[in-house]
Amino acid sequence: MIGALTVGQRQAGLVILILGAVVGLAMAAAGAGEAFGAHGLIILAFCAALSFAVLARLDDPEPPAERRRAYYDDPIKVGIVLSMIWAVIGMFFGLWVAYLLAWPDLTLDAPWASFGRLRPAHTTAVIFGFGGSALIATSFHVMQRTSRARLAGEFSPWFVLIGYQLFVILAVTGYLMGINQSKEYAEAEWYADLWLVVVWVTYFVLYMRTLARRNEPHIYVANWYYMAFILIVAVLHIFNNIAVPVSFGGSQSYILWSGVQDAMMQWWYGHNAVAFFLTAGFLGMLYYYLPKRAERPIYSYRLSILSFWGIVFFYVWAGSHHLHYTALPHWVQTLGMTFSVMLLVPSWATAANALLTLNGAWHKVRDDATLRFMMVAAIFYGLTTFEGSFLAIRGVNALSHYTDWTVAHVHAGALGWNAILIFGAVYAAVPVIWRRERMWSNRLVEWHFWLAVMGTVIYVFAMWNSGILQGLMWRTYTDAGTLQYSFIDSVSAMIPYYVARAVGGTAFLIGTGIGVFNIWMTIRQAPEAHLALDRPTSPAGEADDRSVPAE
Amino acid sequence: MFDKLNETLKKVVAPFHAVFLLIFRGHYRLERYSLALALAIVVAGGIGGAVEIAPLFTIDETVEDVPDMRVYTPLEQVGRDIYIREGCSTCHSQMVRTLVDEVDRWGPYSLAVESQYDHPMLWGSKRTGPDLARVGGKYSDAWHVAHLYYPRDVVPESVMPAYRWLARREADLRDLPERLATLRMVGVPYSDEQIENAIPDALAQVDPDGARVDGLIERYGEETNIRNFDDLAGVPTEMDAMVAYLQVLGRLIDIEAIEAAQQVVEDQE
Ligand code: HEM
Ligand code: HEM
Repeated sequence: MIGALTVGQRQAGLVILILGAVVGLAMAAAGAGEAFGAHGLIILAFCAALSFAVLARLDDPEPPAERRRAYYDDPIKVGIVLSMIWAVIGMFFGLWVAYLLAWPDLTLDAPWASFGRLRPAHTTAVIFGFGGSALIATSFHVMQRTSRARLAGEFSPWFVLIGYQLFVILAVTGYLMGINQSKEYAEAEWYADLWLVVVWVTYFVLYMRTLARRNEPHIYVANWYYMAFILIVAVLHIFNNIAVPVSFGGSQSYILWSGVQDAMMQWWYGHNAVAFFLTAGFLGMLYYYLPKRAERPIYSYRLSILSFWGIVFFYVWAGSHHLHYTALPHWVQTLGMTFSVMLLVPSWATAANALLTLNGAWHKVRDDATLRFMMVAAIFYGLTTFEGSFLAIRGVNALSHYTDWTVAHVHAGALGWNAILIFGAVYAAVPVIWRRERMWSNRLVEWHFWLAVMGTVIYVFAMWNSGILQGLMWRTYTDAGTLQYSFIDSVSAMIPYYVARAVGGTAFLIGTGIGVFNIWMTIRQAPEAHLALDRPTSPAGEADDRSVPAE
Repeated sequence: MFDKLNETLKKVVAPFHAVFLLIFRGHYRLERYSLALALAIVVAGGIGGAVEIAPLFTIDETVEDVPDMRVYTPLEQVGRDIYIREGCSTCHSQMVRTLVDEVDRWGPYSLAVESQYDHPMLWGSKRTGPDLARVGGKYSDAWHVAHLYYPRDVVPESVMPAYRWLARREADLRDLPERLATLRMVGVPYSDEQIENAIPDALAQVDPDGARVDGLIERYGEETNIRNFDDLAGVPTEMDAMVAYLQVLGRLIDIEAIEAAQQVVEDQE
């Protein structure tokens, strides 16, 4: 892989890595004995390890010039593998916190092993590690195939992918060591945030440059969504994280916003992280891999246009539904509620568009577990958005907010929609990228499918039950007009559901393990395929039909 | 049935037809130019945020006017930083909503002004444990210390982790003046004097009989909790800082002032 870069690119990489190592060293010195210093050492080790890998190949011959006529898939391979590694790590953390809630004494007498530190490690590892790496990898795949053009650059894709890993590593290890700025889904401290901005701008430029090279008149649907994902996440990230560090030699900083403004900024960010990271980006994935696998054009191109702009415009208003009945001014809550309900229209239009695309291919759905992963994801997308719009209604939120109902909603989305879609996309992409005829074992894909669906259903039902029960217990009055249950009564009532949730999570994680094994065996052992057409010069098929991905 | 559904749908969207056509026409152009598409996305996505967030910075409309809002003492701020470090807000909210059962359970609902100096706010999104917005003064220091040390000693059914290390570790006071100065930069009204004396004030707060107590009271007010929270002699531990923070939650404004402000809000409605 490194050998496929030009010598100049390898040298440039080395320079950046050495700069990184120097920064790491400086941080290690400034924060010696503190978590900040440990972060310095992590950066140092990260850059040093990569430098050695590059150094070992520095004198390899220049890659052949014909490579420029093919798609550039090396970063996609690494991205998929990294995504799967994060899946295992992140879900393991998730399972751990699930067990901790059922058996709290599992906390060792070590700070890093306590719930409050593991939980952000879980959310960050799954959303940004697993989800983010999958988004980057698939976007590299999709932008090339739908533009019928090679990635614009050989170095910058690596910079984006590897630089992004450094961000996630800093974030996750930071929480375990107690570096945390407490903004949900944006807990990373100032230096990691700044680094992410650099990576993200590079990502955007790469995307735009690749689109500029396209051999297609139109930009395919999937790319609109990936673009919205990249652009809006940048805006959200920057505004939500504006902070003043106490010193440049330490991790502590204080966020510029306070109180009610901070709350609104936070949930404008938080909700739109859901909207543009976990929804728009993943819709990009869906709009490529589903029609491709089903070999059907998108059911309605016009519907995809309307729902795209609907999602981009409506979502941003909805964040304040996280703050119903709080000290946030009432009119903002009302706007948030209204737009959240309207959001159901483009959301369901999108889910319907995906499912109707399968019309005429239902026999494939029956036989092909990979396509079934994508179909189930589309169904869960429909379910989650329906539930979301419902929870955003003020009166419903009065019951659901602060309870496990939110957690049920989150995981219906995160497991049923995001994770299951990633697995479908990965099973579709791995044979193409590694030039294999098929996955190593289709039976294992089938097993994974059922474990994933079962795990999700158990998890979500358990949390629906506990959440609604919890909400009702909190508001039940006796005839005498006093509250019937103490808070701790509601805590004890949750335990059976927490156990059930852990069981569902275990099934899901076992499925993931099977998937990882199968992917590994595919890379190692599945029969090779010769995909003669899989290069940018391949003849235009239905070039005029915008509802079909070019390749 | 499918056709019928289609017909009905068509009827429903008919009034929007002109708008849709406009969107299609615009989009057909945009999808040929990547930069224009990017720009359009940012504009479409930017409107909602701008309309909802910008007006919140007109403070008078958003945050109630309450006299004598105190700021956290240096030790309390250290405790708050530890609360954030440990991720307490993953399980505890600090926001009593305007619902009858919440008020009956936790106390007067939270006002915006109460977190106006909180960088960041810690309202939370999940109540695995109880709300803490009004926990200050509800339990004794000894209760908090025992509870943090091993929660199931005082609440057998609790699922909270044991935070024994708080009792073992000295609170890190070294960069306290810088921390307060940074907080002042982002908007907390610490005076020069408060910043200069941050470390002595932190030490004084756990030393009620010490000589520096007067300075602390002078700078932070009569209401300041000055006690040896963890009952251990010597420098403040992280336990001291944490309990000091917990004991001031909901107490930065007098409860009468909170209730008066709520009256004003309700009268306006
Ligand atoms: C093996 C699978 C998983 C298990 C067992 C699991 C378990 C958990 C648990 C126990 C919590 C804490 C809930 C609480 O505080 O009460 C949680 C929170 C969360 N998890 Fe997972 N999780 C899993 C997979 C995932 C995946 C794949 C994602 C995202 C792609 C995800 C996203 C989240 C998010 C966003 C939260 C925070 C929810 C909130 O703040 O309301 N989880 N998870
Ligand atoms: C129409 C679309 C959606 C709407 C209107 C919506 C609405 C909501 C509402 C009302 C809440 C509860 C807020 C609270 O009481 O604290 C929530 C929480 C959440 N939703 Fe959605 N949702 C939608 C789709 C999704 C999707 C597709 C996902 C994908 C994973 C998702 C992930 C989350 C997460 C992670 C949270 C937890 C935030 C937190 O408190 O930490 N949502 N959503």
